[in-house]
Amino acid sequence: MKAATKHNLVTYAIVIALFAAAQLASATGVLGSHLSGLLVPISYYIILAVSLNLTVGILGELSLGHAGFMCVGAYFSAMFSVITRDVITTPLLRLCLAMLIGGLVAAVFGVLIGIPVLRLRGDYLAIVTLAFGEIIKNLFNAIYVGIDKNGLHFSMKNAMSMNLDKATGKTLINGALGISPVPRDSTFTICFVVILITLFVVMNLTDSRAGRAIMSVRDNRIAAETIGVSITKYKLMAFTVSAFFAGIAGVLYAHNISMLNTKIFNYNTSIMILVYVVLGGLGSIRGSIIATLLLYLLPELLRSFNDYRMLFYAIILILAMLLNNNEKFKSLVSSVTGRLLHRKGKEAAEN
Amino acid sequence: MSFISYLVNGVSLGGIYALIALGYTMVYGIAKMLNFAHGDVIMVGGFTVFMTMSLGGVSPAVAVLAAIIVCTLLGVTIEKVAYKPLRNATPLAVLITAIGVSYLLQNLALLIFGSNSRTFKSVVPVKAWKVNDTLTISGEAITTIVVSLVIMLALTLFINKTKIGSAMLAVSEDRGAAQLMGINVNRTISITFAIGSALAAVASVLLCSSYPQINAYTGAMPGIKAFTAAVFGGIGSIPGAMVGGILMGIIENLSRAYISSQIADAIVFSVLIIILLIKPTGIMGKKYNEKV
Amino acid sequence: MKALETKNLGITFGGLKAVDGFTISIEQGQLYGLIGPNGAGKTTVFNMLTGVYKPGSGAFFLEGQPLLGKSPVEISKCGIARTFQNIRLFDKQSVLDNVKLGLHNRFPYSAISGVLRLPSYFKNEKLMDETAIELLKVFDLDGEAYTIAANLPYGKQRKLEIARALATQPKLLLLDEPAAGMNPNETAELMENIRFIRDRFKISILLIEHDMSLVSGICEEITVLNFGKILTSGKTADVLSDPEVIKAYIGE
Repeated sequence: MKAATKHNLVTYAIVIALFAAAQLASATGVLGSHLSGLLVPISYYIILAVSLNLTVGILGELSLGHAGFMCVGAYFSAMFSVITRDVITTPLLRLCLAMLIGGLVAAVFGVLIGIPVLRLRGDYLAIVTLAFGEIIKNLFNAIYVGIDKNGLHFSMKNAMSMNLDKATGKTLINGALGISPVPRDSTFTICFVVILITLFVVMNLTDSRAGRAIMSVRDNRIAAETIGVSITKYKLMAFTVSAFFAGIAGVLYAHNISMLNTKIFNYNTSIMILVYVVLGGLGSIRGSIIATLLLYLLPELLRSFNDYRMLFYAIILILAMLLNNNEKFKSLVSSVTGRLLHRKGKEAAEN
Repeated sequence: MSFISYLVNGVSLGGIYALIALGYTMVYGIAKMLNFAHGDVIMVGGFTVFMTMSLGGVSPAVAVLAAIIVCTLLGVTIEKVAYKPLRNATPLAVLITAIGVSYLLQNLALLIFGSNSRTFKSVVPVKAWKVNDTLTISGEAITTIVVSLVIMLALTLFINKTKIGSAMLAVSEDRGAAQLMGINVNRTISITFAIGSALAAVASVLLCSSYPQINAYTGAMPGIKAFTAAVFGGIGSIPGAMVGGILMGIIENLSRAYISSQIADAIVFSVLIIILLIKPTGIMGKKYNEKV
Repeated sequence: MKALETKNLGITFGGLKAVDGFTISIEQGQLYGLIGPNGAGKTTVFNMLTGVYKPGSGAFFLEGQPLLGKSPVEISKCGIARTFQNIRLFDKQSVLDNVKLGLHNRFPYSAISGVLRLPSYFKNEKLMDETAIELLKVFDLDGEAYTIAANLPYGKQRKLEIARALATQPKLLLLDEPAAGMNPNETAELMENIRFIRDRFKISILLIEHDMSLVSGICEEITVLNFGKILTSGKTADVLSDPEVIKAYIGE
C-alpha cells in the first residue's frame, strides 16, 4: 500500500474512534449536557479547519474570509430550510439539500472572488478575502428578505417596506435580527459523516495529480508554470473546494442554533480557524483535526482561562511562525523527533 | 450645502486614511510585507493620549508627543522582534506573524481596558468654522485636513531630498543592490517602521478627536480601510497612498450619506475588489516584475 | 527544419535594452552553448524562450511553430523545458513527485477521478510512477525516490531538475548553468550525462555555461552574448579563439 494511503487511513481511523468515544460518553452521560452540546460545534470547526488548510497549507495562499464563506452557506441554506420546512418534512433530506445549496453558493462566491484575486500576488488574497468577509456580514446585517405568493421581496430599510402579502407573507431575513427559527436539523452523526466526506475529498484531492499541481504552485510558482501547470486553474480549484466546505460548515452551524445572525461570522472567527490550521501544521490535515479539538476544548475545560483565550491564540500564531523559521529550533526538533521516532520519521518522509 | 459638508468631512476622514495608508505603503515598498499590525498601532496611540491626559493630566500637546514616541518605539520593536527573524521566510509566514501581532495588541488592550468604549476628549483646539447658516465645518475636520496635508508634503520632501529618503527608495527598488552599495538595509527598514508608526500616532489623535471614542478595536477597521486605500492608490506608491486615502474617505462618507450608513463599509470594500479587477496595480502603482 | 530559430528577439527593462537583436538557429539534435559575461542577458533569453518574460520585439519558432506571445504553460506543452540557474524544485515534495509533476500533461486525468479514485486515476498514476522511476534511474536517483527534494545534496538537486524537465518530453531543453557549483569530476560526469540525454531522448539542447571546459567539451556551436547583444556565433573552436571574445571575457 502507498505510504500516503496508509497515512490517510490512520486519519480516518482516528476520526472514527473519536466519534465512537464521544457517542459512548454522551450516551452514558459521562460527557454531561454542556459538553454534549459542543459536539456539533467542534465538528463544524473541524470541517472549517480542514478546508482552510487546503487554501493556506496546501495551496499556500492566505484566506482571512473563511467566516464569510461560512456566512454565505449558513444564510442561503437557512432561507431554503425556512421556506421548505412544511414541504420537506424529513429533516435529513432537508439538511442534505440545504448543505448542497449552502456549499454550492459558497463555492460560487469562491469562484467570483478567486478569479480576479488569484491572478495577483499572495498578499492581495488575504486582504480581499478579509474585505469579502466584511462585505458579506455587512450586507446580511442590513438586508430584509421576505416571501409571499408573489415571490421574494427585498428591502434595505425595514421589514415593513417589503410590503409582504398579509396572509401568505413570511419574513426570511429580518435585518440584523437574522433568520429565526431555523430548523435544528444538525446532529452529531450527520456532522461526523460530513467530516468523513470532507476528509475524503480533501485528502484524495491532495494525493492526486491535481493535488501535486496545487502544491507545486505553493512550492515554486515559476517552476510550476514552466513544466506546464496552469497556476490559475489550480489556485481556483483549491480555493473553491475550500469555500465549498466552509459553506457546508456554515449550514451545519445555522441548523444547530435556530437563531441565525451575523455575529459569529467576523474576523475573529476567521483568525481562530487560522490558528487551528497553523498550530496543527500547515498542510497537515490530521494536525488540523487534532489542533481544533484541543484548542476548542481547552478553554471550555478551563473556564477561567477563557479571558486569555484570544491572547493565547495570538501568541501561538507568532511563536509557531518564529520557531518554524528558526534554523536552530528546527534542527533541534528534527534531531529529537529523529531519535524518538526513527521509524515514524522515515514513514512520514515517504508520504 | 449638505453635499459640501459631507465632502469636507470625507476629505478629512480621507486625510486620516492617507496617513495610515502611508505607513502601509512605505513598509510594503521597503520590507515587502503587509504589516497587519499597523492598524493596531493606531489604537495604542489613541490609548496613550487617553491615558496620559485622563490619568497623567498632561496637556494635549504633551499627550500627542507621548503617543508619537510610544507608537514609534512600538513599531520598531515589533519589527525587531517579530518580523526581522523572518526576513528570509515565506511571505505566508510573515503575514501570519503580522496577524498574530495585530491580534496580540488587540487582546492585550482588551485585557487592560476592557471591552467598553471610552469617551475620548478631542485634543483639537481649533474652533468650528461657520461658513454660512447651513454649512459648518468642525475644527477637527479643518485640523485633520491641514495636518495631513502638511505631513504629506513634509514626507514627500523627506523622501526625495534627504539621504535617508533616497536610501529608502533604493531599498524598495532592489534590496540586494542597495546592500551592495553600502546601504544599511536593516537600519533603513527600522527607520521606515519608525516613520510609519509615528504617522499612525498622528492619525490616531486625529481619528479619536473626530470620532471621540476609543476601544481595543478602534484601529482595526480604519487600518483595513487604509490598507484598501493603499491598494487603491497602488501599493508601494507614496502619492498613491495619499490620493487613495482621500478618495476612500470621500467614497465612504458620501455613501454613508446618500446610500446607506449600514452598508457603507461594504461599498468601500467593493471598491477594492472592483479596482483589483480593473487595474490590479492600483491607480498609481508600478508593474511588478519577478526576478527569475 | 531547425529545432529552434529566433529572429531579433529583444526586451527592455525600464528603458534599458536587456537583450537586443538576438538571432540564432539550432539544428535538430544539436548541443548549442550560450556564453557571455555576467549580466549579458543569457538568462533573460531563457526567460523569453519559456514565456516567463514577454519579448518586446522579434519572434521565435520551435520546429517551425511560432511561439511568441504564448504563456509558459503553452510553451511547455509545445516542447520547451528548462532548468534554472538557482535551482527551483518543489522543495516540500518527494523526488518522485517532482518528476511526476513533470509528467503532469502527459498522463492527464481529472481532479474528480482523483477524488473519487476512478479507474483512470489508478491507470495514470501507475503509468506516471513507472515513467518517473525509469527517468530517475537514468540519473541514478531511483534510490531516493521518496526523499523530500529539499533534502537532496546539491548535485543531485541539479540532476533532479533535469529529470523533471525531461519528464515533460521536450523537443528543446534549456539548461541554465548546469555545472554551477560542481567540482571537475562532477562536471566531467555531467558532460557525459548531457550527451547521453541528447542521444537517448533525441532532443536539442541549449545551455548557458561559464565552465569553458564543459562548453568546449560538448557544444558543437556557440553564441557569445555581451551587453545584451550577440558578439559572435559559430563553431565552438572558432568562436573561442576569436580575439573579440577573449577581450570581452578577460578584458583589455
